[in-house]
Amino acid sequence: MATVAAVIASTHHPFYYRASTATGADRPPFADEWVAKITAFRETLTKARPDILVMVGSDHFHQLWLDNMPQFLVGKAPYFDANWYNEEREFGLPRMRLAGDEQLAAHILRNGLDAGFDLAFSNELRIDHSITCPIITLRPDADLPIVPIYTNIFAPPLPRPGRFVELGRTIRQLVESWPIDKRVAIIGTGHLSLELGGPRQFGAHGPDPEFDRKAVDWIASGDIDGCLSEVTLDSLHLPGNATHGFMDFMLMMGVAGAGAKADHVDSLDLFHTMEAYFTWYPNGAPS
Amino acid sequence: MSKYLLNKFLYTVDRDPELVERYRNDPAGTVTWWEAEVANQLLNCAVPERSTWQSFTDAERKALREHDHVALFELGAHPFLTLTLFIAMFERDHGPLEYQKAYGRALQTHSLPYPDIAT
Repeated sequence: MATVAAVIASTHHPFYYRASTATGADRPPFADEWVAKITAFRETLTKARPDILVMVGSDHFHQLWLDNMPQFLVGKAPYFDANWYNEEREFGLPRMRLAGDEQLAAHILRNGLDAGFDLAFSNELRIDHSITCPIITLRPDADLPIVPIYTNIFAPPLPRPGRFVELGRTIRQLVESWPIDKRVAIIGTGHLSLELGGPRQFGAHGPDPEFDRKAVDWIASGDIDGCLSEVTLDSLHLPGNATHGFMDFMLMMGVAGAGAKADHVDSLDLFHTMEAYFTWYPNGAPS
Repeated sequence: MSKYLLNKFLYTVDRDPELVERYRNDPAGTVTWWEAEVANQLLNCAVPERSTWQSFTDAERKALREHDHVALFELGAHPFLTLTLFIAMFERDHGPLEYQKAYGRALQTHSLPYPDIAT
């Protein structure tokens, strides 16, 4: 049986690649602190010695579009090309190619359908920064096969928060029921409070630091009930118009499990949004 | 309103470097051409297949022709699409984050609830 070697939840700030590689006058003042936090975060995955990465992210109207919009989609392909022209343009992200694990993808699809999730699938999925940013931060050699899982946090009508938590619980069960002796890390990225294209965008901090503080506490302590009691599709507009990406953090809380305290918790208050990093070791911290 | 078509315009232009420049330099001409030639084109079909019914309202056409991101926000265009395309067209004319902050300031008259972006 497969082992969940680590569960990791993170923001996916697309400026990290540019900030961390910049030199001289181009290097922002917060770059060194950011790199130090990412380096410590990366070590939490390295120590877990994963064989495969299941990666949850949200497409940003790249391959998925409003003419045929899935709510949850699993990538099942031998390879995934990555990053798009407009991400190169805007964030300086590199082109990448990642291997896929079709066997685990097929297991998740078959058994996810049987578990009550009408998962869409794609045999030619070009992935974007919600999945490549955690590769850049956590596994920059990009040497492990992945199973990408995309969620719709972008195009209403969206699934409700509880559905994301349930999908997270199910993904954990699906990985643990895979009859192959591999170490699987489940990694997902979302947002804390965030505004894009609205009056509160690009402030000195995230648009709602109070929400961010509560959100970090919910995630770090595995307080799924507390989180679900306050977070609804309607309430998520209040901390910023792009805060529905927080539901991917809620999905990862479902993966980690109710009451599961994170083994690694860190954050960085950047302009525009707060960065946050969490790692759980469901089978005990690696030595 | 034809919010889907507004978004389709922003989406198709944003992903094509030549169209980004064309829309920056000739917004009215690009909107006229796009509505005639692309609006009803089904995306991702090798042999052109078309819908028969899509067109902008006058307000939508005007907002796109005038690069009016505030009006697009009010019309319910997806704010991510508008922002990313407009950054591509206009950030180059400004200092770091200057354009993005001015973009937000122009929307300061808006408070919650924001216009509905559901299509």
